[in-house]
Amino acid sequence: MTYIRPKFRHPSAPTNDLGYTKREYEGALSTLCAGCGHDSISGAIIQAYFELSVPPHRIAKLSGIGCSSKTPTYFLGKSHGFNSVHGRMPSVATGANMANRDLMYLGVSGDGDTASIGMGQFVHIVRRNLNIVYIVMNNGCYGLTKGQDSATADAGSKSKAGSVNPFQPIDLAGLALELGAGFVAQSFSGDKPQLIELIKEAVKYPGFALINVISPCVTFNNNPGSTKSYDYVREHIEATATVDYVPLKTEITAAYAEGTGTDVEMHDGTFIRLEKLAAHSNPYNRLTAITALQVARMKNAILTGLVFLEPDPTDLHETLDTSEVALNKMTETDLCPGKQELENINASLR
Amino acid sequence: MLKINDFVVRFANVNGTGSASANYLFAKAIFRMGIPVTPKNIFPSNIQGLPTWYEVRVSEKGYYGRRQGIDIMVCMNPQSMPNDVMNVESGGYFLYDSTKQLHPELIRSDVNYIGIPLMEICLREFTDPRQRQLFKNIIYVGALSALLNIEFGVLEQLLTGQFQGKEKLIAPNIKSLKLGIQYVHDHFSYPLDLRLERRDLVGNKILIDGNSACGLGAVYGGATVAAWYPITPSTSVVEAFESYAKDLRIDKTTGKKKFAIVQAEDELAAMGMVIGANWNGARSFTATSGPGVSLMNEFLGLAYFAEVPAVLIDVQRAGPSTGMPTRTQQSDVLLAAYASHGDTKHVLLFPNTPKECFDMTADSFDLAERLQTPVIMLSDLDLGMNDHVSEPFEWDDSRKYDRGKVLSAIQLDTMERFGRYLDVDNDGVTYRTIPGTHATQGSFFTRGTSRDEYAAYTEDGTVYVRNMDRLLKKWNTARYLVPAPVFYQQENRSRNAVLFYGTSTYSVEEAMDLLREQGTLIDAVRIRAFPFNPSVETFLDAHDKVFVVEQNRDGQMRTLLINELNASPSKLVPVLNYDGMPITANFVIQGIFNYL
Ligand SMILES: Cc1ncc(C[n+]2csc(CCOP(=O)(O)OP(=O)(O)O)c2C)c(N)n1
Ligand code: SF4
Ligand SMILES: [Mg+2]
Repeated sequence: MTYIRPKFRHPSAPTNDLGYTKREYEGALSTLCAGCGHDSISGAIIQAYFELSVPPHRIAKLSGIGCSSKTPTYFLGKSHGFNSVHGRMPSVATGANMANRDLMYLGVSGDGDTASIGMGQFVHIVRRNLNIVYIVMNNGCYGLTKGQDSATADAGSKSKAGSVNPFQPIDLAGLALELGAGFVAQSFSGDKPQLIELIKEAVKYPGFALINVISPCVTFNNNPGSTKSYDYVREHIEATATVDYVPLKTEITAAYAEGTGTDVEMHDGTFIRLEKLAAHSNPYNRLTAITALQVARMKNAILTGLVFLEPDPTDLHETLDTSEVALNKMTETDLCPGKQELENINASLR
Repeated sequence: MLKINDFVVRFANVNGTGSASANYLFAKAIFRMGIPVTPKNIFPSNIQGLPTWYEVRVSEKGYYGRRQGIDIMVCMNPQSMPNDVMNVESGGYFLYDSTKQLHPELIRSDVNYIGIPLMEICLREFTDPRQRQLFKNIIYVGALSALLNIEFGVLEQLLTGQFQGKEKLIAPNIKSLKLGIQYVHDHFSYPLDLRLERRDLVGNKILIDGNSACGLGAVYGGATVAAWYPITPSTSVVEAFESYAKDLRIDKTTGKKKFAIVQAEDELAAMGMVIGANWNGARSFTATSGPGVSLMNEFLGLAYFAEVPAVLIDVQRAGPSTGMPTRTQQSDVLLAAYASHGDTKHVLLFPNTPKECFDMTADSFDLAERLQTPVIMLSDLDLGMNDHVSEPFEWDDSRKYDRGKVLSAIQLDTMERFGRYLDVDNDGVTYRTIPGTHATQGSFFTRGTSRDEYAAYTEDGTVYVRNMDRLLKKWNTARYLVPAPVFYQQENRSRNAVLFYGTSTYSVEEAMDLLREQGTLIDAVRIRAFPFNPSVETFLDAHDKVFVVEQNRDGQMRTLLINELNASPSKLVPVLNYDGMPITANFVIQGIFNYL
């Protein structure tokens, strides 16, 4: 892994462990509507990767189609990106990940992109446990096609035009839990500190990590009566467990007061600390996590934080038993069995 | 009339009764005797219970196409018997299980009946019900070996090879062969006037199906990521890739796989994975049939426009929709050529033998990377799922994979400014970078939306047009990179010509021989790829009538020639076979004579 220090940087701007300023993690200027929740999530992504000191070129960012899927242009400008087709980011990410297990993958999608047209691919990326951070920017509508209800819109939620959604919502976090996801979190674009910590933890997580982020569409779904508006979300939010990020290979220090949190040992021997656990929630137990989501739904509450964590996941490469050396690094010497072998095969076919 | 090495045997069986390996044994034995042979499966879309046929053509002259007319029917299926009897040529033979008497209605005076009480023999000789069923098949092979003069030593050798590691199965198989031979010996005069004689006509050729050859070609071509969704007749492509890769692609020190196969949730996802993997610098492919290609359309457009390499093997079957899923056709030509919305065109390859399946699969990865675009290989059920006598596979150990225009970190360091879609070499093919190559240089955003030379999003019409025109320039470059057509003459000798591709080749070549024998000389060209090499246009110009032989209803290649080369429709005469059965030489000749 080689990288070169960026040539220009503001002398006073803070740098991370790599000597990069935050600018190295930024992208082009956003063209989304002012106040769009998606922009806040982009901001959190930038901050998280900056704080993690991930070399930007070691990240591959992928998305589908939608306002949300446009955001990879607005963050991580030094990373390769792939804006694919509507609802199909999971398959492109799967192929990319199979090709090179050494990069870190970030998938960004919308609720239309994931829960409607892309539902088929979403459930399969979850059950295959691809090592990727999968962020859904969930606004309960199709922003880019001007505000139609999406499949995550709550029953009874009112659109800007005044119609009431009669259908049950798809709960992406609950679904992911059902399908065996090892890292399931929910957040709100308006709660940046929590979101940043969740993203950092998801990046570190060696398997499929879903963060379903409520992200209001100010233009089409921020009206009174909408359950994805800023006001509604703020009133109904209920944090389950906030996470404190403990950097890789750093021991937990005494700064954490005894009894206020739980330390979870991760796959790589590091820890994350969960704090402010709500009484009913135990993030290592899939069953109680599912219950917590259901209870919150009954109470019209929006549960945020880390909902579930399986500390030792088996990702797709492990399942398929692929080589530790990335497949895209292999050459003829590694891959081609050669002439003599082919002669043997010919002989067996005579 | 004595006919040596020149007849057709058809086996009528019931799906799922274990007849396949016995029938294969029969065909392979003929091949081992150095005689050209073409076996074809004719089977329903069903796992167990329905009729299935296996047709074996033997041809001293080396004709590998299908021939109409059945000289010997081996009928093991009571259900299909009435039809099977009808299908025997006058003077031909009908071999059946005489444990039960034949219905008088099934007796034709112009057919020779060979009744062997197969079930009775099995009940007498074997106790296990499964064996009684299975060895019935081997007994009829034994009987045929006596009737047709198949060398016993060859059969013995094949069985020994087949049951390596399961030696205790050899003896009952040999016993069954001998039971068949003995019965013929005791009851009939043999060999028949249709018979085999050892020859040296297949040289060092091999016997293999096209799908296995594709799978092996993908291993040799350096494919590491395969993503697929099962569909007849393509399924065995990825299965072959997997089985060869498990043999040839395991890391010796770690025991880990140097390949990844993902069974996708559908063909959309399969193509998405292929695109993602290729974008990320691995060689990746998928295999499917028509319905799968339909689902891949949107992604194919993305790969074309975003310029991501991809390899797709389409093993065509009879459509539209589910059509006749176990019958052959060449009816995805237009679908594949223009797959997706907007102005798109794709590179197509048309193999006609397993050797070409192997070569073209391996080459398709070079082509896709060189051109940074999808390459679609159009095989078909006949080629993919039937064994064919083929030239042996070849590989040059000094061959290097052509990864195309991919920039390294060092190249990025030394260049002024990287423009992903900048036509530096003026051939329409631009330079790409693989994610993760360089810390600060060369990253770009791959997208299906319009962009400028530096990969920045734009909806400026002139920039869009510039890009679309460059894609056409690239298309023109492709015309010289794809496999050239095969001309059957040094210089044109006739005003008439025949044009064909893929599996029609066998029968057209045979038809050309027959025409020549009758004194009709006709020029010929075999198309191997789209876009068309300029020599195809020259060839069309040089002839008044060009018979375009295809296995589809609408003359899809003909449409492509008209559309892409401005060929005059009146000079292109369609000769179209689309009943789901491989085309025959007779059909071709009919089609041509109707016009001449
Ligand atoms: C195959 C296809 N169908 C329809 C569209 C049109 N389309 C573009 S974005 C979109 C909805 C996006 O909704 P969501 O994923 O929730 O993203 P948001 O804009 O709300 O962030 C639709 C229907 C398309 N691009 N492709
Ligand atoms: S339409 Fe909605 S989702 Fe799209 S950018 Fe505007 S506010 Fe955001
Ligand atoms: Mg949305």
